[in-house]
Formats: sequence, C-alpha cells, structure tokens
Amino acid sequence: MSLSVKNLISIADLSTEEIIAILDRADKMETIVKSGKPSKLLGGKILAALFYEPSTRTRLSFESAMARLGGSSITVADIGASSVAKGESLADTIRTIENYADVIVLRHPQEGAAQWSSEVARIPVINAGDGAGRHPTQTLLDLSVIRRSQGKLENLNIAMLGDLRFGRTVHSLSYAITRFTDRLYCISPEGLELPAEIAMDLREMGKEVIETTDLQKILPELDVLYVTRIQKERFPTPADYEKVSGIYRIDNELLKDVKPTLDILHPLPRVEEIAPEVDSTPYARYFIQMFHGVLVRMAILTMLLEA
Amino acid sequence: MATKKTESSKTTTEEKVNELLVKKITAGTVIDHITAGYALAVMQILGITGREGDIISIAMNVQSKRMKKKDIIKVEGRELTTDEINRIALVSPNATINIIRKYKIHKKTRIAVPDEIVGIVRCQNPSCITNNERGITSNFKVVGRKPVILRCSYCKRITGHDHIIEQLLGLC
Repeated sequence: MSLSVKNLISIADLSTEEIIAILDRADKMETIVKSGKPSKLLGGKILAALFYEPSTRTRLSFESAMARLGGSSITVADIGASSVAKGESLADTIRTIENYADVIVLRHPQEGAAQWSSEVARIPVINAGDGAGRHPTQTLLDLSVIRRSQGKLENLNIAMLGDLRFGRTVHSLSYAITRFTDRLYCISPEGLELPAEIAMDLREMGKEVIETTDLQKILPELDVLYVTRIQKERFPTPADYEKVSGIYRIDNELLKDVKPTLDILHPLPRVEEIAPEVDSTPYARYFIQMFHGVLVRMAILTMLLEA
Repeated sequence: MATKKTESSKTTTEEKVNELLVKKITAGTVIDHITAGYALAVMQILGITGREGDIISIAMNVQSKRMKKKDIIKVEGRELTTDEINRIALVSPNATINIIRKYKIHKKTRIAVPDEIVGIVRCQNPSCITNNERGITSNFKVVGRKPVILRCSYCKRITGHDHIIEQLLGLC
C-alpha cells in the first residue's frame, strides 16, 4: 500500500487505515533489520536531512533507516555552516536541496515550516519536527510501541504528562491516539496545558479530554503514561523555566500501585522527569521506542518513495 | 398596530437623522450596518487613507433599529469589488454594501465571510513560519464567523477577532 499523500507533514494527512498500514509495514521491516543485511528496496535513492534544530534520535534513525533500505543520506546538521547563515530563505534552501535528493527530512524551529517546504519542493518532504507544532514520525513510532506492547491501540487509558503546550510530540500523539480511544488524560503544570486549539479539536470530535495536575490520582487506571521533558529552550527566560521544572518525577515509589501492564514512554531526551531506577522496570519502553523509530521510518520512506 | 406605527415613525426619524449626518451620494458605495466603533478598521482593511482623492463620509455610533448603534461609510465615485466586500467581513460580518448609481441603490449585498483568508492579516503566533520567512503569504481557514476567528493553515494556531482588529488598526 502506498500513501495517498506525497508528503508527511501532519498526522492529519493520514487516514486511520494508512496509520495501520505504516505500523504493519514497520513490523515487516524488523526482518530486514535483524537480518543484518541491507535490502535494496530504496537502492539508489538519496535522503537529504535538513536539521535547523539539534537532534540525535530523529536524524540518526532516518539515516539508519535509509541505509538499511539500501539508500544513502546527505545531511545538513550544522546549519550555521550552510548558506542559511548568509540569510538564505528556507524556500531557496529547499529549492537547492531538492536537486540533490529524492526526499527531504526537515526539522525547523518554526511551526508550519514543513508545510511551507512541501509547497515549494518538487520531491516529498517529511516533517521531523516543526517548532512546537507537529512531529508525526515520532507519533507513528509511539503507536508502534504501544500496539506491540499492549497488543492493541483501541480503548486504552492513556495519559500525557509534562509540557503539553510546547511539546510537539504530544500534539501529534493526541490527534493520533484519539483515532482509537475516546478519552485522553492530560497532566501538566499550570501554564503548560495542551493548546486550546487541540483540546477544542478533540472535543469537537466527541473525545473526552481530562485535564488535571494530579498524576497520582489517575496513575492506577493507566495503560500508557507518555512522559515529556519540560523544554528549557521553549521558555522566554530561565526564571519561567525554573518555576515549572521538576514538578513531576516518576520513580519506583510512585509506580507501586500501577497496572502490571503499564507502559511508560518518553520521546527523549529526558532530564529529571524519570528516575534512572525506572529504566530497569518492566514499565520502561523509552529505549525500545528508538528501535521502533528506525522501523517506522523505514516503512514511511518505502511508502513515500516506492511508488 | 399602534406599536408598528411607532416603530415605523422611529425608523423614518432615524433615517432622517442619519441622512443629516451623512448626505446621499451620487455614485459609489455605502457600507452600512458596520459594527459600532469599527468604521476606522473597515477603512484600514480597504486601504482607504483619505489621500486617494475620493470623497469619504463616516458616521460612527449612529442610531439603528436593528443594531441599536452602527457605523456607516460612504465612498463617492468608487464601487467596491467582491474581494474588498469579503474582506470587510473580518471586522464587521453584519455589514451591508449598497452600490449607488445616480442616487439609487444599484445593488445591495450582504457580506459573506469567505472560507479562506489569504494575506490581509498576520498569524498571531510569532513562531509561525509565515511571520519569519520571506515570500510566504499568510493563509487562514475561517473557523468562526460571528465574530470571525481564523486558523492558520501553516501552524494551525487560532488568530482571534480582537487580534485581527488590533492588527488592522495598526495596534500590534
């Protein structure tokens, strides 16, 4: 199955059937990865990774995915060393890079940058995070982990915790997971709530959005706890950041009454929101997420480029 | 019956008072039923500065049967285009447009808020690509009509009515 869209900018671009098809394809990619031999599915294809913001996992997993599929990657990781430093517009940069590659993976600090790039580019654009906006490939890998661990996506009790205002991963996840569930718990410090637009969208779709600051109360009901970092770089001043950082911290004491099948996910990097002692519990899924990141990105690349 | 007569008399009186404030025009456009206090914003959105040479008459906060208070703008010698009429909807979705020829109403149009607004206003989100990149035009889907509420097609954030007005008046 190929996708009905040329680009992947937002989860909203995908039908629920397409989301499931990506997850199914990702499962099949595991055979290629575990074989240790690169496939030739995307032999001769080139991926251009254009990262205006720091990234470890997203960039490397895209490059790894492309290599596993027999393709290759070119990367602009240090934007300060490119023509952008001379004042080149994003549109001109895209019009340049499209001549060197078959697909562009873009991370940019401004919301809507991937959308704009897709309007300019003649080749597919994949949004690898646009400011506090969206991060659809992260969400697809999150869904892949949840489905594998829980055996389903439907009717799970899911809570998102932390910075729900600036965290783009939770913005995309909230739209995706509510395709399968009718209720979403949102736990955040005051001032970092899920943006009103997203909460409004979900409620208009008939979904129940439960916003609270009390993690302990709902923790025993949860199947999935999605933790996010309070992002220092999104705050106007260090003082604003200090007011809310460290409010929530997951440790083994807090987890003593949870369901045995609870999954804790985190898009990483983490700072202090999950204690290292949790890493060795059966709840920790955040390092498995990295593996699924490669599988899901392999699936997306093949579905966008095979056609 | 008595009530109806009184209303009728009142309307006539209102019209006469309003006519004294803003006289009839030979040809051009009358923008009526503008939300009270928004005439200057409508001028701004139409790009009317007064330096174009057209005769412009403005009445603000005049009596209205339907709206209690309203603003009126009369522009002599200029007929607004459909696009210009639709843009007025951003600040005053209840307005009516009368195209005047030889002192008579040639065409009366109720404003229709378009489904999409291109250009005209900026996204309220300072981190939106439309506020940071050269050569990109703002683009909004209309998600509320009375009052008008816009959703950016790029960053998906809401730009509310108050912010639209402040922008058009050059206050932000």
